[in-house]
Amino acid sequence: MVEQLFGPGVLALDCAAETARISQWLVDNVGRLGRRGVVIAISGGIDSSVCAALAARAFGRPRVLGLLLPERDSSSAAASLGRKVAEKVGIDYLVEDIAPALDAIGCYRRRDAAIRVLFPDYGSDWKSKIVIASGMGGKIHYFKLVVQAPDGTVHEKRLPAKEYLEIVAATSFKQRVRKTLEYFHADRLNYAVIGTPNRLEYDQGFFVKNGDGSADVKPIAHLYKTQVYALARHLEIPEEICSARPTTDTYSMAQSQDEFYFALPYEKMDLALWAHNHNVPSAELAPHIGVDMDQAQAVYADIESKRRTTAYLHMPPVLVESVRKVR
Amino acid sequence: MMGGKAEISDDASFIDRHIIDSTGFLELISFVEQSFDIQISDDEMVPENLDSLNNIERFVQKKRAAGISPER
Repeated sequence: MVEQLFGPGVLALDCAAETARISQWLVDNVGRLGRRGVVIAISGGIDSSVCAALAARAFGRPRVLGLLLPERDSSSAAASLGRKVAEKVGIDYLVEDIAPALDAIGCYRRRDAAIRVLFPDYGSDWKSKIVIASGMGGKIHYFKLVVQAPDGTVHEKRLPAKEYLEIVAATSFKQRVRKTLEYFHADRLNYAVIGTPNRLEYDQGFFVKNGDGSADVKPIAHLYKTQVYALARHLEIPEEICSARPTTDTYSMAQSQDEFYFALPYEKMDLALWAHNHNVPSAELAPHIGVDMDQAQAVYADIESKRRTTAYLHMPPVLVESVRKVR
Repeated sequence: MMGGKAEISDDASFIDRHIIDSTGFLELISFVEQSFDIQISDDEMVPENLDSLNNIERFVQKKRAAGISPER
């Protein structure tokens, strides 16, 4: 047997075979759940686009409902990309603006109050985002709040724990309200809800518990982000989605995923995660992600650290004792 | 600090021993700043200053001796 050499080639995917496999898996498992079709929320990003295309192949137009769920901070491009995807893959869709629900529940008010602790002048016409930073050596991470005034000037301050947690908790309303609507439509149609995390997000806990982390089936959770992009091209997802960098689409300022959560851009994170999963020594990984051996080791340590920190997101509620006959 | 009540030695690394996570470090930094009336700059967010009880003690003593808190 020839041992596979480590490099970007390890993420190569037989897209036609994988599309057929996942489509059949969806049909089998949604059927097993006793549901007749699927609801898929489409953000205009790569993951939900691929899931929508897979759902369309698996079930056909009559049994797939797409949902476009914009809010006040959604980019204007997201809605038009979402429509484009739904039309391209051939599914029906509804658009529901969730801003009034978020307003009523205090998402924006609570977030802005926490921001004003650091920037008292922050108003509804300002924009903001959170970015991750780390001290020299990259071992201690912290977060910065970046705000943009209406005149375009940008300011940033390190976030104290209390305000960081308050802002994240408030913005998580977005993922949770979206999921509430997805389940409303799933329940009324007797459909299942599709969750759209890729492997990087699923493994590293980049999701909101009971928000985008909640779903009945997660058809691409085993695929590295690089593989999701490959599948997107195979499924003929519109080019502007295939060539866009991943964003969080959660904060009002444009925010890439690697400035908020991941230590490296996804191409490198994918390789690091694959290498770590296959016991590739850090010295062998290092040149492929453009760092030295110590830094590659720090990336491995960060992967493990995120797994530990986010393990609770994956856990079902903890019971005092198991309840027999209920799985 | 997360979980049980196990004793930790004064020189135990919070990172290597998985004693506190990233949110825990944020809380630790806020606690140290408020308790000792110092401000920790971004450049000072390194394990040598914050990654054990001994390191924190040395760091706080140095900061207080210097008597100045840098602007963030």
